[in-house]
Amino acid sequence: MKLKTALMGAAACVALTPMAYADGHEGERGRDGNVNIIYWQAVSTLNPYLSGGTKDIEAASLALEPLARYNEEGIMVPYLATDIPTLENGGVSEDLTSITWNIDPSVVWSDGTPVTARDVQFTWEYCTAEGGGCAQGAKFANIENVEVVDDKTVTVTFNAPAPNPYQAFVGQESPILQAAQFADCLGPRAPECTEANFGPIGTGPFVVTDFRVNDVVQYEANENYRDPNKPAFASVTLKGGGDATAAGRAVMETGEFDYAWNLQLAPDVIEGMAAGGQGVPIAAFGTLVERIEMNLTDPSPDQPEGVRSTIEAPHPFLTDARVREALSIAIDRNLLVEIGYGEAGRPTCNLVPAPELFASDNTACLTQDLERAAALLDEAGFTPGPDGVRVNEDGVRLSMLYQTSTNAVRQDFQALIKEWWESIGVETELRNIDGGVYFGGDPGSPDTFQRFYADVEMYANNFPGTDPQAYLGAYLCDKIPSPDTQWQGENINRYCDEGYDALWAELAATADLDERGRIAKELNDMMTKNSNIIVPLVDRGRVSAHANSLGGVILNTWDSELWNVSDWYRVSE
Amino acid sequence: MLTYTLRRLLMSIPTLLFIAFVIFMLLELAPGDPMANMPLSIPPEVRQQMREALGLGEPWYVRFPLWLNQFFIVEPQYWIDNAFGTNFADGAQRIISFQSRSPVFDVIAQRLPQTLWVVAMSYVVGVLIALPIGIISAYRQYSVFDQAGTFISMIGFSVPPFFSGVLLIVIFSVQLRWLPSIYDTTHVVNDWDSFVFQLRQMIMPVMVLALQTTAQVSRYMRASMLDNLGMDYVRTARAKGMSESVVVMKHVLRNSMIPVVTVIALGVPSIFGGAIITEQIFKVNGLGQLLIIALQGSDIPMVMTITFLLAVLIVMMNLIADVLYGILDPRIRYD
Amino acid sequence: MTEPQSIKPVKPVLTAGDATAFAGRDRARNQWLDVWAQFRTHKGAMFGLFFLTFITLFVTVGPLIWNVDPGKLDIRNKDVRPIYIALVYSDAKVNWANPMGTDNLGRDIMANIMQGGRISLAVGWTAMILAVFLGTLIGVLAGYFRRLDGLLMRFTDLVLSLPLLPLLLVMMLLFRDPLRAAFGPEQGIFILIVLGIGITSWMQTARIVRGDVMALKEREFVLAARSIGTPPHRMITRHLLPNVLSPIMVSATLGLATAIITESALSFLGLGFPSDFPTWGKILFDSVDRMTSFPERVVWPGLAISLTVLSVNFIGDGLRDALDPRIRGQ
Repeated sequence: MKLKTALMGAAACVALTPMAYADGHEGERGRDGNVNIIYWQAVSTLNPYLSGGTKDIEAASLALEPLARYNEEGIMVPYLATDIPTLENGGVSEDLTSITWNIDPSVVWSDGTPVTARDVQFTWEYCTAEGGGCAQGAKFANIENVEVVDDKTVTVTFNAPAPNPYQAFVGQESPILQAAQFADCLGPRAPECTEANFGPIGTGPFVVTDFRVNDVVQYEANENYRDPNKPAFASVTLKGGGDATAAGRAVMETGEFDYAWNLQLAPDVIEGMAAGGQGVPIAAFGTLVERIEMNLTDPSPDQPEGVRSTIEAPHPFLTDARVREALSIAIDRNLLVEIGYGEAGRPTCNLVPAPELFASDNTACLTQDLERAAALLDEAGFTPGPDGVRVNEDGVRLSMLYQTSTNAVRQDFQALIKEWWESIGVETELRNIDGGVYFGGDPGSPDTFQRFYADVEMYANNFPGTDPQAYLGAYLCDKIPSPDTQWQGENINRYCDEGYDALWAELAATADLDERGRIAKELNDMMTKNSNIIVPLVDRGRVSAHANSLGGVILNTWDSELWNVSDWYRVSE
Repeated sequence: MLTYTLRRLLMSIPTLLFIAFVIFMLLELAPGDPMANMPLSIPPEVRQQMREALGLGEPWYVRFPLWLNQFFIVEPQYWIDNAFGTNFADGAQRIISFQSRSPVFDVIAQRLPQTLWVVAMSYVVGVLIALPIGIISAYRQYSVFDQAGTFISMIGFSVPPFFSGVLLIVIFSVQLRWLPSIYDTTHVVNDWDSFVFQLRQMIMPVMVLALQTTAQVSRYMRASMLDNLGMDYVRTARAKGMSESVVVMKHVLRNSMIPVVTVIALGVPSIFGGAIITEQIFKVNGLGQLLIIALQGSDIPMVMTITFLLAVLIVMMNLIADVLYGILDPRIRYD
Repeated sequence: MTEPQSIKPVKPVLTAGDATAFAGRDRARNQWLDVWAQFRTHKGAMFGLFFLTFITLFVTVGPLIWNVDPGKLDIRNKDVRPIYIALVYSDAKVNWANPMGTDNLGRDIMANIMQGGRISLAVGWTAMILAVFLGTLIGVLAGYFRRLDGLLMRFTDLVLSLPLLPLLLVMMLLFRDPLRAAFGPEQGIFILIVLGIGITSWMQTARIVRGDVMALKEREFVLAARSIGTPPHRMITRHLLPNVLSPIMVSATLGLATAIITESALSFLGLGFPSDFPTWGKILFDSVDRMTSFPERVVWPGLAISLTVLSVNFIGDGLRDALDPRIRGQ
């Protein structure tokens, strides 16, 4: 089976799900026995506030639930709340400084006690307690106070107008904890509560029964779950470890497992596995964009430490917009997608590829144009030298170090892009760095992506939820990493433009959605189309796989992949 | 010999403390950040707060004595408290892993069953196969048996487990569907059927690991036996009319054991940390996998504790090997 | 890289050994001939010598004849199968321009195996020789001089205890840029990798050699030599080293395999050569995912590594026999 047909089959399967569901997949809770899930990254803890890792958050999402989460289309749906508070229904105050949530009175914790407004308040206290090192701190940063109005009503007050009030308690990252269970675990005492961290009491469809660090989690159906006929499975085994290939094989070839998470594999490898016939790959798109970032400062080792890669030393040629544009249009993004992602990738020219409201209609970069690229370099004064590498009058050679993390697809991309760049006379040296070092913030290491001791680098990034405000805020002048900030900071290009800063401030003060969309698109274009400081390559989808015998799976990139596990069932054959 | 052993045991205390210090400083110097695996959407300020909550804000000369205190005083106190219901520890902080925020020793204890079942078992199997192969290969040098043994062991040693392991899975799990490709660590052996299941899930990782051990040990055994078979004392022993089995098994074997004992002793610590790739491939999730995940996540307390336990094992096994030399060859004297 | 180097460490043996210790200068030539005559009778060793010469020529002279750039991408010709596949499946995608096929980016596999072999063999031999040299030196010193034993063996314990990954990361951090500046990116990383593998794999050899030396130095012939006042360096080179040669040979053979494989593990961790530098281990590692669809991509590098190691092992066996005066002439 070709991947395309497999994916179409999967799409058809998903589309049919609601109908199939009505067709008699109802029944009593726990009727379908056990379901086996494999995550190739092993789960370390089940408290999402202590670990920001996706695998930990998703494993916890079987038990813990937020007030509202996103569905597969990125639309917010109430979970523990009765409805989504908005300006229209009065849930959000006119001045945007508070939001009031109503908790569904029928929801109880898995130990049978009711969920109250106090639990919501406690969750805020837990994450903001001094010395706790809460991983989701950013979601709670703008909260002034959380007040209990009555048992089932809670009001969140912000310290400034919040155009996007749906940060805390929305989405998989900030679910509600039970106040009674975590009462003694505030701040520095958080790690002492191993039992609570490894088996949080929640409201979700499953309850943790056994957890082995970095190995396996076992769950059983929550007897007090709000829908008496769900979940269909009596128990879940979530195994971790190994690599993506082995996970895909266990689902699609040997059939030992029912669901494999995040198969970051080349399309032909997935296709080969799907031929095993035990399961199908499924794909969905979110906001993850694989991109090349240009360094506007000089990373040359000839620069003294403290000046190297800081704004004091501008880059010899990447500061020229023509050079950057030439590098961008020399890339054949369609071919990159074909080689690296297949059906799970789309070529893109946008930093913010979705949701539709925020995605600019920017497609100019999609066609490769090597001639124009060469012409642009000529125009910028760089002419081919004797060895084919372009040099300008001042003797500046177009020679670059291109770094990324170690990952098979990224190394293939490096090889392809190096070929194109060398064909227009830009010498390229490749380097790949262990992900643990590259994405780490160790100020002592020269190889972190923030420190950026290279001319260009490639990685992928996205934003949680559906609002790109914080994400676009990364390119403000005061976010530039430098020795003074211990090389911390998100503006790794060292881009600084007052116009950008002012426009972003406008976004932060605007509540009207269409207007937000317009500003976000403009900010996106400033970084990409207009300046090519960020060269987006591929809008990366998420590929997972499920067994043919597993029904009800809807892949969601806006929230936990296991968000609708309560609807999963065994297809009877 | 006894005084030598005691002296070495005493010596090993400062040695181990020094090793602990070097490992600690190495981990301190190594680039890497426990926050590296977090999504990039978590902003730098929050990362910094998380690092401080892990105790990374303190300098090394505060954290190293703290670790020593936790390892040598607090942890034993906890074990005593658990065993006798006392309260020596009095709520003192145990060694906490960065990744799971739970006590390191609890996780290590959780990993021991599968490590012993699979990795230790394969080591024992490997050595038990290797010794006779080495002896026979040497005794019948250049026979068909020797040639086949050489061929298989060299191929076995030079094919890396990331290839041989996957090859076995493709053959036995994907094509033939005989064996499971993923090890179930929660499986409990309590009757014959569950024992058979355990055997089935152990077979492939044990084969891969035992092949490496067998190849290595049998080569040393063969080489050392060959050296000794040509010695004059063998001729003398034969001339005295000793039976061939006594000559080979008693005289030659005993004199050939020194390099083999060294290799076997050196291999024991690697049981508890060296089977990283094989454990990953078959998802055995033993100590090797724990160590590599901790390394990748810069989980310093976990890496520090596991490597130090391995260091203790290395020092002890080398001591045992040295004592064995003296027993195998009484002419070796240390005093 | 090939034959001459593998003989080198063995040289002292020729004037050593128990029976030949009094060999005169005029007999040396005959001895060499004797050794060669004995070596030639060893079929495995001759096979090994032949294969090693072949593979060395293949990777060194090969690229001059088959001058395809191993890094050249040709997307239209990706996933070409080797030509022999056409014998079985007549509709397979084959192409005479790529007799061993191409990979998923259209790079020629034969050119890659040649280029990869150069690096793998260079890394393997240098790292192995370094490790065996260090191991033998430390082992002999510790075994022979009791005063050094404690210190050297505790040092060995220390190095054995160090976790490899952080050690390499630290080496990378400290030395990559200076070496890159001094020797250029490729040469610099080569030195770093060889050193990294070499200094983390000598310990086993050291402990084995030490154990053997400790036993040997109590033997009668050593006592006899000592009683006539032989100085320590001559004791070591003439009497001890020749007798610990076999375990050293085994260490060397196993060490070669380990070095070739470790190099691939390093590039996997991002500590090795840049990704556009093929090596046998890396080709093998990258191809494991596509093992069922394209078995040739794992078979060729796998065979190359295994047969090289096997050849070295056989040559080692043959040399050992040829150099042992007790066997020679039987």
